[in-house]
Amino acid sequence: MMQRSPMLCAGAGIGAVVLLVALFSPWLVLNDPLLIQMSERLQSPSLTYPLGTDHLGRCIFSRLMAGTSATLGLSLLASFIVVAIGVPVGLIAGFASRRADAFLMRLADGAGALPEFLLAIAVAGFLGPGLTNVIIAIAAVKWIGYARLVRGIVLTERNKDYILASIVSGSGKWTIVRLHLLRQVYSPAAIMAAADVGKTILLISALSYLGLGAQPPSPEWGAMLSDGRPYFQTAPELMVYPGLCILIVVLACNLLSDGLRDALDIRSRS
Amino acid sequence: MLKHAATRLLQLMLMLVVLSMITFILMKLAPGDPVRTILKADEGAVTEEDQREVREKLGLDMPLYQQYGVWLAGVAQLDLGKSYTTNRDVWHLLIERLPATVRLMAGSVLALIIIALPLGMLAAKFQNRLPDHISRMFALLGSSMPSFWLGLLLIYLFSYKLNWLPMMGGGTIAHLILPSITLGFVMAPEYIRLLRAGLLDTLSQEYIRAARARGIAEWRILFRHALQAALLPVVSIMGMSMGALMAGSVVTESLFGWPGLGSMAMEAITQRNYPVIQGYILLTGLFIGLANWMSDIGLGLLDPRIRHGKGQGL
Repeated sequence: MMQRSPMLCAGAGIGAVVLLVALFSPWLVLNDPLLIQMSERLQSPSLTYPLGTDHLGRCIFSRLMAGTSATLGLSLLASFIVVAIGVPVGLIAGFASRRADAFLMRLADGAGALPEFLLAIAVAGFLGPGLTNVIIAIAAVKWIGYARLVRGIVLTERNKDYILASIVSGSGKWTIVRLHLLRQVYSPAAIMAAADVGKTILLISALSYLGLGAQPPSPEWGAMLSDGRPYFQTAPELMVYPGLCILIVVLACNLLSDGLRDALDIRSRS
Repeated sequence: MLKHAATRLLQLMLMLVVLSMITFILMKLAPGDPVRTILKADEGAVTEEDQREVREKLGLDMPLYQQYGVWLAGVAQLDLGKSYTTNRDVWHLLIERLPATVRLMAGSVLALIIIALPLGMLAAKFQNRLPDHISRMFALLGSSMPSFWLGLLLIYLFSYKLNWLPMMGGGTIAHLILPSITLGFVMAPEYIRLLRAGLLDTLSQEYIRAARARGIAEWRILFRHALQAALLPVVSIMGMSMGALMAGSVVTESLFGWPGLGSMAMEAITQRNYPVIQGYILLTGLFIGLANWMSDIGLGLLDPRIRHGKGQGL
């Protein structure tokens, strides 16, 4: 699988490195990422500060490292919640009674009316900025994509001979879902999730940049960009590094998603 | 076709009702007491008596569903309340800011076309060759780039270093260029992919082969015959992009200080100016719903297969 897709390889490689950095960030930081030292502000790169310091004298490198787990963790958490809601809903809608299907799909239509960004703005606007609110807003909208995807797969699979044979031979609904349907769901859901992790990083960092997500002393990359914004003419590196980090991680997610799509494509495999 | 349009209209109405409920509930959940906010404006000591009076005047003593009814009736008459900060009608504020956002959207769509059309066509024309690879790299990069970061880089390069374009604000065409590129750029990848796939699909059709056999020039086939067919799904997606455009305009407008609806919404959020936030969400929700509806119907009008009822499943 890996040899056939350089995209998948590149995506998985960058992704693995980023994941390792996120996991081991407490040991990778050279200085306290939150320590403010006005005497050290806007230093150029040195041995102590590999990427220099920001406008409050904090080590940019350490902040970026610490920000990896903040940024990636949030996005993974949001995506996990979304998949955990969307996939079961899709399975139920596709395989349970017609009435449950109609109800769940109408619910999806209603919740999907607003783009997640606007809902996030609405929630942050009324309930106050903060990451919990942002994640609630993302989860409230994004599950729909997975529910529709899974429902579609279930609807096409459920009338196929092997499922019918399984029903005839006395398998219960739960067995069919567990043994047959879930398998069909894995790869499309994984492709979707890989791209979604990247999209969620973009969304959360944009909201943090606007001041609606992670709040300033936090080294979340979007918040770092917003923090360094007033200084970007004199110290452009304050905005270049966090943006580059976001770009690389989202790129890895997109490569992974595209690569998975190519590698798992049923049409090209048969 | 008519039935299709009517069903979709009904869905639009339903969505607007849900939207209004969400905004109403969020408004109620918002921290802070509106009565105190209003009383604080006209200074002096606040007594219990004053509070009760204002509460009665605003109808806050009614049960919730009644409040919703009254509020909804007001909204239907364009009464969206008054801004907490300037005490001006929210509806007037929205209308005042709307043209700037529409200008930005028009500029972004133009930038989007200028970026996506050549790249999509080159990719399809030279499938699996260098132009295709470049175009795909571009699409991948574009969909991985945070829009606010791109905007900052553009400002740094073109406004600060080269001093070609104004840094912030609105008004002239020059002000419009960088925000439009920012917003158009991040939306382009989706369209490049769509256009490429659509063109590849069309170029393999029989009638294209027939056109080639008749000896029609290759560029003419591409522009006249293939592009026309491939553009149809692209145009329909345009309507669906309204949500993305609206969302993107919040970031872009705040970044460039563009005096539109998005930057107004952000100001309102930082000032906890709830009536303005509510008005913004209702208006944008309405636009997004309408745009989706129109693109759905418009596609039906453009495509005879759908117009004549064969494409009900769409």
